[in-house]
Amino acid sequence: MIEVRELTKRYSDKTVVDNLSFSVRPGEVTGFLGPNGAGKSTTMRMIVGLDSPTKGSVTVGGRPYAMQSAPLHEIGTLLEAKSVHPGRSAFNHLMALAYTHGIPRSRVAEVIELAGLTSVAGKRVGAFSLGMGQRLGIAAALLGDPAIVMLDEPVNGLDPEGVLWVRNLLRSLADEGRAGMLSSHLMSETALIADHLVIIGRGRLLADTTVDDFTREAIGGGVKVATAETAKLRSLLSGPDVTITSSSTEELLVLGRDAREIGAIAARHGVALYELTPQSASLEAAFMELTRDAVEYQSAPADTEREAA
Amino acid sequence: MPTTSLRPHRRTGRHTQLSTAPDVPTSATAYKVTGLRVLRSEWAKFWSLRSSWITLGVAVFLLVLFGAIASYTYSPGAATGGPPGGASGDSTAVSLALTGVTFASLAVGVLGVLLAAGEYSTGMIRSTLAAVPRRLPVLWSKAAVIGPIALVLTSIGALAAFLLGAPGLDGEKIALSLGDDGVLRSLAGAGVYLGLVAVFGVALGVLIRSSAGAIAALVGILLILPGLASLLPDSLYDSINP
Repeated sequence: MIEVRELTKRYSDKTVVDNLSFSVRPGEVTGFLGPNGAGKSTTMRMIVGLDSPTKGSVTVGGRPYAMQSAPLHEIGTLLEAKSVHPGRSAFNHLMALAYTHGIPRSRVAEVIELAGLTSVAGKRVGAFSLGMGQRLGIAAALLGDPAIVMLDEPVNGLDPEGVLWVRNLLRSLADEGRAGMLSSHLMSETALIADHLVIIGRGRLLADTTVDDFTREAIGGGVKVATAETAKLRSLLSGPDVTITSSSTEELLVLGRDAREIGAIAARHGVALYELTPQSASLEAAFMELTRDAVEYQSAPADTEREAA
Repeated sequence: MPTTSLRPHRRTGRHTQLSTAPDVPTSATAYKVTGLRVLRSEWAKFWSLRSSWITLGVAVFLLVLFGAIASYTYSPGAATGGPPGGASGDSTAVSLALTGVTFASLAVGVLGVLLAAGEYSTGMIRSTLAAVPRRLPVLWSKAAVIGPIALVLTSIGALAAFLLGAPGLDGEKIALSLGDDGVLRSLAGAGVYLGLVAVFGVALGVLIRSSAGAIAALVGILLILPGLASLLPDSLYDSINP
């Protein structure tokens, strides 16, 4: 379990991570989302102690990372950039990491096979493609049989088979009671893998929700109805869970009834409809909407600061 | 900068780990970072890179080659044909055998730099520090791996240079045999010096974090700084120059 509390990282005058708090819980996959430059990688680096926070704290399994006695057994990490010496073979790279924890050679062979690298295990990593490098990174993350697996942009450069593999891997880890965390800038991809969503923009927390809730909100965009008899239709459609808003004299936006229902009611009462359109935003659009607002929200104070200065 | 904590924490940390680890139902393993295991890892890292073998080989080769050549080309009376920084006017069998030390020191220093800065330039350091979050055990282990390796192999190299060169000095006034006073000590001393240069390379690599920068600093310090020292006033120079 990862606990991020009021985490802040500032580089001179640039705040990369801003007062961020969230948890990654066992038994589920947490999707960590944000546009490029939102601070995802920096946050992940702080989780494993590669960057030190300006303010706030991170604990992994209840303890700061530097206090772990077997960090690879607590949390396995794939960081976005390649973190491998290109001159070493895949096997020797994993073996070097394994030695630090007393992980046996058999486990190294196991993760190599799991990652589908058996045929290239003896090859120098420098000759690896992006996708193979990702597989090696994931193999390294799994090496210590960790309680948490944290992957930064794991599907980058993977072929469709690899993407499916990562998806199933995280699912099965979560089903075993482990915690999975993956970062991405693609909402649609993440929605397929994750249960829990943490969305950030400009280093700030924008949403801490579940995929189900996020999807429901994104898709539940209401139904647009156009008719000449708005007042009549309004009273026909009204009900306890129904909200009706209107943007022009001939248009209504109905929340709480689906298009089929509205059409049936209108037909029963002889109301002519000119338009009946379900307003379904895609997940990606909803995500962009959410993060764009954050960018605007963030840049305004920066401007005023500059003016004041 | 990330903090490093000391050994006592590790001990207590381990007990809490064992008692509060029901997160993962799978393995009841004894996975744990220890100083010895970090050392084992650094040892494996060193030998699993081709550059280590090459650089180490070059160091020993230069040491033997220059030592042997200097002994064979020695002629009494003539000015020493050795490189600058070698022996002063009066050569001995030992000083001739150690002609290659300057070159070997560069190779060995570069080896130390590559071991440390190479991790930063390739990104390997992220993997290393994710596995061993406390920084100092990694640093000690690197020094403890490269120091003795360089010491042992260059001592052997110096010995080989001396033995190979000995026939070339046969009959010369300055000829010495291994059993003579101070010969073994001098040869081993060269090994100790080169071992320490390798450790110094590690230090530069960790401080500068860039292979090119650290190698430049190494060359500057090993080759140029001693020459600059002679510009100092005599009183100062005499007290810092060996």
